[in-house]
Amino acid sequence: MSGKHTLIDVHVTKPDAASLIAARYDNKPDALLEILHDLQHEVGHIPEASLPVLAKALNLSRAEVHGVVSFYHEFRRKPAGRHVVKVCRAEACQSMKGNELADAAQKSLKVKFGETTSDGAITLEAVYCLGLCATSPALLVDERPMGRMTPQKFDALVKELAS
Amino acid sequence: MIKIYVPKDSAARAVGADAVADAIVAEAASRKIDAKVIRNGSRGLLWLEPFVEVETPKGRVAFAPVETGDVKSLFDSKFHEGGTHRLSLGLTEELPYLKNQERLTFARCGVTDPLSLDDYISHGGFVGLKKALAMKGAEIVTEVTTSGLRGRGGAGFPTGIKWKTVHDAKADQKYVCCNADEGDSGTFADRMVMEGDPFMLIEGMTIAGVAVGASKGFIYIRSEYPDAIRAMKDAIRIATTGNWLGRNIQGSVHSFALDVRRGAGAYICGEETSMLESLEGKRGMVRPKPPIPALYGLFGKPTVINNVLSFAAVPYILAEGGKAYENYGMGRSRGTLPFQLAGNIRQGGLVEKAFGITLGQLINDFGGGTATGKPLRAVQVGGPLGAYLPASQLNLEMDYEAFAANGAMVGHGGVVVFDDSVDMAAQARFAMEFCAIESCGKCTPCRIGSTRGMEVIDKIVAGVAREENLLLLDDLCQTMTDGSLCAMGGLTPMPVQSAVKHFPEDFDRPAKMQAAE
Repeated sequence: MSGKHTLIDVHVTKPDAASLIAARYDNKPDALLEILHDLQHEVGHIPEASLPVLAKALNLSRAEVHGVVSFYHEFRRKPAGRHVVKVCRAEACQSMKGNELADAAQKSLKVKFGETTSDGAITLEAVYCLGLCATSPALLVDERPMGRMTPQKFDALVKELAS
Repeated sequence: MIKIYVPKDSAARAVGADAVADAIVAEAASRKIDAKVIRNGSRGLLWLEPFVEVETPKGRVAFAPVETGDVKSLFDSKFHEGGTHRLSLGLTEELPYLKNQERLTFARCGVTDPLSLDDYISHGGFVGLKKALAMKGAEIVTEVTTSGLRGRGGAGFPTGIKWKTVHDAKADQKYVCCNADEGDSGTFADRMVMEGDPFMLIEGMTIAGVAVGASKGFIYIRSEYPDAIRAMKDAIRIATTGNWLGRNIQGSVHSFALDVRRGAGAYICGEETSMLESLEGKRGMVRPKPPIPALYGLFGKPTVINNVLSFAAVPYILAEGGKAYENYGMGRSRGTLPFQLAGNIRQGGLVEKAFGITLGQLINDFGGGTATGKPLRAVQVGGPLGAYLPASQLNLEMDYEAFAANGAMVGHGGVVVFDDSVDMAAQARFAMEFCAIESCGKCTPCRIGSTRGMEVIDKIVAGVAREENLLLLDDLCQTMTDGSLCAMGGLTPMPVQSAVKHFPEDFDRPAKMQAAE
């Protein structure tokens, strides 16, 4: 799902973040998803450099941590834009012109799903159901839900986020 | 003081409820009106959101859908003192959409402040748990068995039997896990429970813990539901402070602790064994069964796994008795199901009815037909793995067995309506594409079959050896159905084959679609 990622992570910020977060969860391996969520929340993505740090803290192999990070669509391997827009691509939204919205969103931002606009403002992601199926098509801007979307409303949203 | 209700449900927020609430607070302040805005859950009339209510001596009256621009005129017409306005809908409880429902699970949702323990208790909350605390585990299990409750996640396995297996297992530690990874498109009842009545889920899970002797529980919530995650975490904290969770609940010998765990965008983690792997911090790879999770579940311990709606039905069953719940429904589908009307439907929302209502009654009587006003062409029931049904099958009764007999499934009760603009070959292809994206990759029919399925459908649509490729698609679907490890690969053929069966014309068009490929 995620786009191509850089093997050498040049965005190594807060090198301690991973170990500090792991410690918050008593370095328990079963908390790995929670730890990754917190790390992504703080850093914006899962830096490559944090994988061996987490592996050591949780007493897992680096491959195991990598396996988890790469399995789940939610975890991002490269930095995101200032805002993340998640557009629902599932059936209930499709029934209300969700595919047209998805096409318009990619065209408007000049990116494909999984990519970030060149000005670093918006990362566009595809999700499958936000539970807003009676007010479709729907999307999530950071954590703000929006329903009954149209390409016009999407353009207005992009303007708002850019300002 | 005047009480004004503006829902906090994310479907209401998605159409501007926050701004409406802010505008009401500001307008009341500027007019020096002593009003309190309460952010309730949603009543489930989602096409009318933001659905604003005012408490009056006669009961709550509704105004909907309210936009921020309406707020001044609402106050001008003294809506806060029972005045009427062009958005007036009258008494909420008298609205046919609500009045014609049988709300057992959703009796409180939208009525109360979701995070007020006082509200919860004054509206019948914790009656079931208090009874359970005084009962033996086996008696609780018997009550649930009597109710006829079957797993609301989709599989429909009898909840009482599952609980009995865990109850009878001998172990130093048992768990209760709630599957709140509601990933099926067209479903949002779990989300509404968690955002609108979270203590009910806590109560249901705690009763399960007391019944089977588990002291620890987890709620696995999908990351696409940030509001539900927040609401459940807050509710757990408040319930713990009130001693409705934690050690020696309400002075009893029973202890039960609860934690929220976030999913991470993997549909497959709605499959119970995959969810267990994820809860253990691993890739969400499906486990072969046996051993069943009831005996070998989370961390290898006996584990009750139920969907949000299954747990949410339990407080009523304990409070009113299993027999009261069993009185609703038809055949072997007992009780009620909160149906979710979604997609291209005029009056989308939550409709809780006893099993036995027909699909047509739900879509036409409650839903009012399509949103676009165009003829209905297809309905997908039960999420992305559910069958597409044509308009001629709207007389089907909502019942696990009746649906299964028609090559369909009730699933989690999601009903997604499509009008006549839908391309059913594209929907069938999407079913395969979705399976390819979301497959955990453990078994071959699902991992490889889904991609091959997309290719074959592309060929059929392009008119390449159509007859042979339709046969090949059928064969592939059979392999996936028979050979997949879990329902992901096993049920993906259901939407595909139902589309081919009921809408063959969409797979047999001139090769004009080639340009699109």
